Amino acid sequence: MAQGTTIGPVTPTVSARAASPLPEMFKDAALFALVTLGLSIPVVAYRTDLGQGTGLGLTGRWGLVAGLCAAVFVLRLAQRLVLGEVSRRRDARTLAAADSTAPARVARPGRIIGPLTLVVALTLPLLAALGSGGLSEGRYWIDLGILILTYVMLGWGLNIVVGLAGLLDLGYVAFYAVGAYSYALLSTVFGLSFWLCLPLAGLFAAGFGVLLGFPVLRLRGDYLAIVTLAFGEIIRLVLINWVDFSGGSAGLSSIPRASFFGIPFTAGEGGFASVFGLAFNPMHRVVFLYYLILVLALVTNLVTLRMRRLPLGRAWEALREDEIACRSLGIDTTITKLSAFALGAMFAGFAGSFFAVRQGFVSPESFNFLESAIILAIVVLGGMGSQLGVAVAAIAMVGAPELLRNLGFLKAVFGEGFDPNEYRLLLFGLAMVAMMVWRPRGLISERTPSVRLGARAR
Amino acid sequence: MSDATGLTRLATLKDEPPAAMPGGPADPILVVDHLTMRFGGLTAVGDVSFKVGRGDITALIGPNGAGKTTVFNCITGFYKPTEGMIRLRQREGETYLLERLPGHDVNRLARVARTFQNIRLFPQMTVLENLLVAMHKPLMRASGFSLAGILGLPGYRRAQDEAIAKAAAWIERIGLTHRADEPAGDLPYGDQRRLEIARAMCTDPVLLCLDEPAAGLNPRESADLNTLLRLIRDEFGTSVLLIEHDMSVVMQISDRIVVLDYGIKIADGTPDQIRNDTRVIAAYLGVDDEEVAAVEAEVGLAGTHA
Repeated sequence: MAQGTTIGPVTPTVSARAASPLPEMFKDAALFALVTLGLSIPVVAYRTDLGQGTGLGLTGRWGLVAGLCAAVFVLRLAQRLVLGEVSRRRDARTLAAADSTAPARVARPGRIIGPLTLVVALTLPLLAALGSGGLSEGRYWIDLGILILTYVMLGWGLNIVVGLAGLLDLGYVAFYAVGAYSYALLSTVFGLSFWLCLPLAGLFAAGFGVLLGFPVLRLRGDYLAIVTLAFGEIIRLVLINWVDFSGGSAGLSSIPRASFFGIPFTAGEGGFASVFGLAFNPMHRVVFLYYLILVLALVTNLVTLRMRRLPLGRAWEALREDEIACRSLGIDTTITKLSAFALGAMFAGFAGSFFAVRQGFVSPESFNFLESAIILAIVVLGGMGSQLGVAVAAIAMVGAPELLRNLGFLKAVFGEGFDPNEYRLLLFGLAMVAMMVWRPRGLISERTPSVRLGARAR
Repeated sequence: MSDATGLTRLATLKDEPPAAMPGGPADPILVVDHLTMRFGGLTAVGDVSFKVGRGDITALIGPNGAGKTTVFNCITGFYKPTEGMIRLRQREGETYLLERLPGHDVNRLARVARTFQNIRLFPQMTVLENLLVAMHKPLMRASGFSLAGILGLPGYRRAQDEAIAKAAAWIERIGLTHRADEPAGDLPYGDQRRLEIARAMCTDPVLLCLDEPAAGLNPRESADLNTLLRLIRDEFGTSVLLIEHDMSVVMQISDRIVVLDYGIKIADGTPDQIRNDTRVIAAYLGVDDEEVAAVEAEVGLAGTHA
């Protein structure tokens, strides 16, 4: 480009206005510290103790006073800096919005977080092994990864029903149960392999989705939520009471474990380790399960992303926005709703059969209403319809309670009897309230258009 | 049509032309025949018959509460009329009995599209997506009911490119190219009105029903709307039936006007005939027929028509 010919659009400088000069901030903070000093001299500086004799002795606590003043100084400084940055950003945003000639660059957190999460997910067993000094020692992290990915998959599946089609489903865990029991029964009774049972479990769950869908199609909003809630309970109660079929509340045990496409994870001859010339390690199975659920979750994601670009997916979203308009455009709302129900249920069925193969044991206790609530909370917190938001919310919702287990230092603060895990639901509730106040539409509320005219024209 | 199911075959007459009803256009696309709609004890529409000429713009007017929107809802399948027949005859001779079709088939098979009095766009979806949703039927077929689409077969991609080209052409016609990728809910009111009409047109209708398309538009936007409606009639050969209160729109573009009052048709004719119809004027002024002359003299209208 020739020099001197490019006079770009004058970029307005906002930093000069919003961010106050540093000395001014220091003065302000010092003033705060001074006030603290004035306040703390009568209150904090001296402590009265019973002296040797009858009188009270004064103990000076000037170190504490100095500490308080310093803390206030630092906090005030930090506050000013943060506020300055926030208002600077806001100004920059309004200016960018006003400046229509600038291309609208919407900040997309997905650009960085999405691929980063994927890379971490792909390498988690390796990271866990390196971080904990061995595959067996990293088992905790891999198990946690499996748990989180199961919820990510369930969240993505429910996202089709709730986030895209806008049908509030409080009984999603019923389809998860159908999938789990399908695998448990098919494998124990008929001896079918996991790879055969997986699609069957999905089909059964989808069938149940259609079964539920038919009678409730004309319901909307709250009414639909109540019926789906009841459906979830019905499935659970049937599983508890139909003892001949499902083993009742004792559940079904000794479900065949997963094999590596027919090669069992056993120590002996013909096992996974000996076939591949490795030293036997029970962790091989866990790592295999981890990658299995990762692949299942990614397939769910891929299908959902594809569906959003297909007419059926667009019809789901249109249905969420305005059902009457959909009908006037010749869209069969019955079929459209049913397809959303069936597809969402199918992924729950896949996840359910993975659950059964991982645990080796299923019982109705695993499929109570709380599970439905957690999955729904993941979808709502993540931002309805946002794939990345759901993944992040699943990590937060499932990973955070695990984090609480490791907060041993809190015992030093609150006393020996303090168990952070007991406060799990309280913190959970607080987080929910905070979310509803600051991000009422979920972590990632921005909707990405399924197709762009601008990008194609260019 | 090959995909006519049992139910729709019931609603399809192969050969019988619409019965001769005295008066009206010679080649009607839509014949509303003794239509009655009752809600409990209330007769919203009582024995209304009229015809919509092929390639015409027909206006349905009347004071508030006259039953215009009820007639619309009957024609477009949102209500099942208590009595009467609504016959739509396509150019190829296929005749549909609209009152017997399930709601969405009125658009899908009989190709009647509509807009709503209170705009019903998909507010969070972009302008382009709104139009693509309207092309659900051809795209659905091209995507093999999603199976071929999931696998990413080229047939679907081609169909989608065609659909996008068609949508882009409509977006350009309504002057929204620069906002094509913005959520429809963010558009100004007038743009939303035009977008809703474009969306209805993307379903390839033979009859377009517009419920108060000019409501809330300023005079310039009304004039733009007139141009758009003429374009739809002349270039696409789509017949238009519209409800409208804005007389500048009605009188300028209508080929024919039907007037309802209290659920009963009181007049049917060309704009000139309607303008001079005593009963219409009486209905709009809210007085009895005999008092029209006196009231007109009072408000200084006398002599404006012969």
